[in-house]
Amino acid sequence: MNEIFTLMKHELSLTLILFILLFLKLGKETWKAESTLGFISLLLLLNFLFGFVMNGTGSLFGDMFHTNATIAFEKNILNFGAFIISLQAFSWLKDHKHLPEFYMLMVSTLIGMFFMISSGNLLMFYLGLELSTIPLAALSNFDLLKRQSSEAAMKMILSSAFSSGILLFGISMMYGTTGTVSFSELPQHLDGSALQVFAFILLFTGFAFKMSVVPFHFWTADVYEGSPASVTSYLSVISKGAVIFVFVTVLYTVFKPMAEMWYHVLFLASVLTMVIGNLFAIRQNNLKRFLAFSSIAQVGFILIGISGSSQTGMASVIYFILIYVFSNLGAFGVVALVSALTGKENVNDYKGFYKTNPLLSWVLTISLFSLAGIPPTAGFFGKLFLLTAGAGKGNYLLITIAALNMIVSLYYYLRIVKAMFMDANEQPIEKLIIPFLPKIALFICVAGMIALGFVSDLYNYIYSLSFGM
Amino acid sequence: MTANLYLVLIPLLPLATFVLLGLFGRKYFKNSSGIIGTTSLFVSALLSLVSAYQYFFVDGKVNGVYQQVVILKHTWLQFSPNVSIDMGMILDPISMMMIVVVTFVSLMVHIYSLGYMKGEERFATYYSFLSLFTFSMLGLVLSSNIFQIYIFWELVGVSSFLLIGYYYDKPSAVAASKKAFIVTRFADLGFLVGILILSFEAGTLDFQTLIHRLTAPDSEFLHTAAAASFMGVSALTWGLVLVFIGGAGKSAMFPLHIWLPDAMEGPTPVSALIHAATMVVAGVFLVARLFPVYALSCPVALHLVMYVGILSALFAAVIACTQTDIKRVLAYSTMSQIGYMMFALGVSGYGGEDGLGYMASMFHLFTHAFFKALLFLGAGAVIHMIHSNEMKDMGGLRKKMPVTHLTFLLACLAIAGIPPFAGFFSKEEILTAAFHANKMVYGIALITAAITAFYMFRLYFTIFWNKEATADAHHADSSHHEGTYSMKIPLVLLAAGAVLAGFVPFGKLVTSDGAFLPTEMNPVFSIAPVLLAVTGILLAMSMYRKKNDSPEKISGAVKSVYQASYRKFYIDEIYLFITKKIIFNLVGRPAAWVDKNIVDGLMNFIATATAFVSELIKGIQSGKVQNYALYFFGGAIGFIVLFIYLWK
Repeated sequence: MNEIFTLMKHELSLTLILFILLFLKLGKETWKAESTLGFISLLLLLNFLFGFVMNGTGSLFGDMFHTNATIAFEKNILNFGAFIISLQAFSWLKDHKHLPEFYMLMVSTLIGMFFMISSGNLLMFYLGLELSTIPLAALSNFDLLKRQSSEAAMKMILSSAFSSGILLFGISMMYGTTGTVSFSELPQHLDGSALQVFAFILLFTGFAFKMSVVPFHFWTADVYEGSPASVTSYLSVISKGAVIFVFVTVLYTVFKPMAEMWYHVLFLASVLTMVIGNLFAIRQNNLKRFLAFSSIAQVGFILIGISGSSQTGMASVIYFILIYVFSNLGAFGVVALVSALTGKENVNDYKGFYKTNPLLSWVLTISLFSLAGIPPTAGFFGKLFLLTAGAGKGNYLLITIAALNMIVSLYYYLRIVKAMFMDANEQPIEKLIIPFLPKIALFICVAGMIALGFVSDLYNYIYSLSFGM
Repeated sequence: MTANLYLVLIPLLPLATFVLLGLFGRKYFKNSSGIIGTTSLFVSALLSLVSAYQYFFVDGKVNGVYQQVVILKHTWLQFSPNVSIDMGMILDPISMMMIVVVTFVSLMVHIYSLGYMKGEERFATYYSFLSLFTFSMLGLVLSSNIFQIYIFWELVGVSSFLLIGYYYDKPSAVAASKKAFIVTRFADLGFLVGILILSFEAGTLDFQTLIHRLTAPDSEFLHTAAAASFMGVSALTWGLVLVFIGGAGKSAMFPLHIWLPDAMEGPTPVSALIHAATMVVAGVFLVARLFPVYALSCPVALHLVMYVGILSALFAAVIACTQTDIKRVLAYSTMSQIGYMMFALGVSGYGGEDGLGYMASMFHLFTHAFFKALLFLGAGAVIHMIHSNEMKDMGGLRKKMPVTHLTFLLACLAIAGIPPFAGFFSKEEILTAAFHANKMVYGIALITAAITAFYMFRLYFTIFWNKEATADAHHADSSHHEGTYSMKIPLVLLAAGAVLAGFVPFGKLVTSDGAFLPTEMNPVFSIAPVLLAVTGILLAMSMYRKKNDSPEKISGAVKSVYQASYRKFYIDEIYLFITKKIIFNLVGRPAAWVDKNIVDGLMNFIATATAFVSELIKGIQSGKVQNYALYFFGGAIGFIVLFIYLWK
């Protein structure tokens, strides 16, 4: 009995928060929005800190659910991201009528992702995935009065349903050919027959949809643009990160016998994703849409790291996502703040931004540099490790394509920096007052982006948690 | 050697200055930032001199051979059990020589800028950038690890970018800084892939281990690296060539030189520091750092270095003859001289007598730093007075600027290779090395030397003789004189360097294997280059000393060549032609001459082509969910068909 509490403590602690929020909502007393937000952020912070103590290894419910130090670490990363997003959402939510619901929905998606990460068989994985997807669609709709926001939610739910259907079909094919859905038993039954390849690719599309891998990415841009900025950052960092964690683990353990096949799938998918993501990112003027495509391109790089199929490969992926949390949340943090306070989201609006808001400009610049992988920001180390992991396979063609894409991406990241620092604007965004909580969030992001690359112990720790094939 | 721990202060002092001035400069040190920066660099330069003395004359040698020592080494990132990124400082003859050059020239530029940049709005920012650059450059030359060098390499690029774009309200400066950054980024891409290949083959990032593993004849790493091939060329060659491309980008070698002339938009002292004496020789330094691998294991790559070097040397010298902006003349001259250093490495072998080219290259790097920095600072003084970069606005300045005139003349004599000035000795060694290795290279180098003398004295006579200063030049009031002492002192000190640096016995100090390399001057051998140089000078004198029409006459006679050269051999236009006209038409889009001045070069082709494709595919993102589902489905089917039927 005790075991349930230690092994499922990440999920249970979130469930507890969910209930506290429920009572908060139903309770008679109406709190001030500021104090509610502060309280919730505190809860999420405690939840994050709690993630570090009393971690166990083991499995529950007949191997449906399992956990270990690696999984706990991955969950901690996600918890951390959720905490930062909660801080950043302050300016947007403080005038929102249904404030606690936002967090209730967010926490329930997080619970779904945790179950997915801990899943020990395909059905559990599917359950977790759905558990996280449906509240996400509701979150996208959270700007209740905006038509765009409803449109985003609608597109998301339709696309997800479509993808889920295909994923389920894949799962049933997998079961049909192997007679099992358990992760631990599947490898013995995989022989690489055509039907299994078929089933694998259907499963892959399910993952690819969530990770926004080209050509399964189309929903991304519209949903990212339409959703409130905080939800967009949640989608691009947390939701994506969770699926990538599962994807790596599943590929390296369950589908190990088909490694040669999926290596080529990854190769193709990563080239497509980088190239198409970049090509679209170049022409975007809406910053949220721009970040959506840039985050698609980033996934292409992550796939390279995964394709390394070594311990280094997995370590580099986890490390990159950790850095990506800081970089992307830094960028989205600024965009969300500006969008919440002024409603402006276009690149042109940011012209002359440096003159009025030097601090925010620097935060956004550092974040973009980190996303572009310019040394000495952490993003550089993240990308470098991914590429090195990929290079371990000796596929220099892939590395060269990736490097070329890095240059192209440099162009569009710098375009925004240029707009902020060099372009003149008669009506720049006025000087913004940054509330306390978002300020802390931005500070943490910047500190992370600058310091993380230099903390080798962290990478070593991640390396020790990882495993290769 | 452990007593040398104070070495770490040499790069750290500028770093501290950068942080201090960068954070607080604008508020608290608005006027004193120049003094702060200069003082800290002075200490740094002093420490460099002391440590170089210590190394060269006290404890660097064991059995008559200079040793390569790594100090302060510690593991920074343990990447995987076998590969780690270390940080450390490497002490060997070239790194010692480089820290002296870098700190000395940087100190001169710091002092000079006290006067030159006085009254600038962002004075403190300027000094913080200078410090950042100095720190990065020192870090680069002291790196003990190929990855460490890459980090500093990028930092140098960033600080160069910042300094070129210092006048950020000037659109041409912003464009130039962007061009420099992006072109060198392209080259750095080669460098990075090269690093990955080399470190993958050698299983290490550490210079000493890497060089040992890739040169020792019985090393299995060497065998696999030489055997593994990609497109018919061994992995080792690929790695070395890619690393050289990185170096060529930084050192503005043909055809990656297009950023250097534009980079002259930055403040002139910056050009003296970065684009004349230090950063642009980083490519030479990089090849020198990996020289044993090039020379012993992969002569093919070294041949490439030679051809690129000699081509750049001649090509840039010819262009320099026709430029009218004095800083651009100097920029092309820099490119040409770096070409000398490159091909000197290219003709060299490793160890003993064969290593003459290596020694000569380093020697030339050393002397060139003095006279080229001097030329730039002198040009800066002239520009400061005339407020123009154009040679036609100058003339007859020798009386008004006696110090500048004299020091500039010394520098011109040095670069022209007239004995007994510094350039003579180093150029002589290079020519000797080339003569023994490759007669064709020797011939071209000789012609280039003559052209060098010609264009340098063309510059000299146009600025200081020619017409008496025109009314245009007088528009500045008569109180306008040569500039402050802070601007003159560096000129004098550098001039001393340009005269005396040639007497440094490089054969004893800096050689490919650290052992003593006896060199002798052969007077007979010197006759040809000196004679050619003198001819070049006399020709320039006859054409430009007095205002007359002979330059026009000559240029009329060789009009097309002159025109071609004036337009930099149409390189920019060729880029434009190939990229815009040919490729673009073939892609099927009418040639759009969008803003000829902004869109030139290969970069733009990639940009336009990318934008074009991006335009083409934008329709796919239609906003309709049913279409998305269709593409999703199509993608799934595509993957399935590919992997079930085709891949197997």
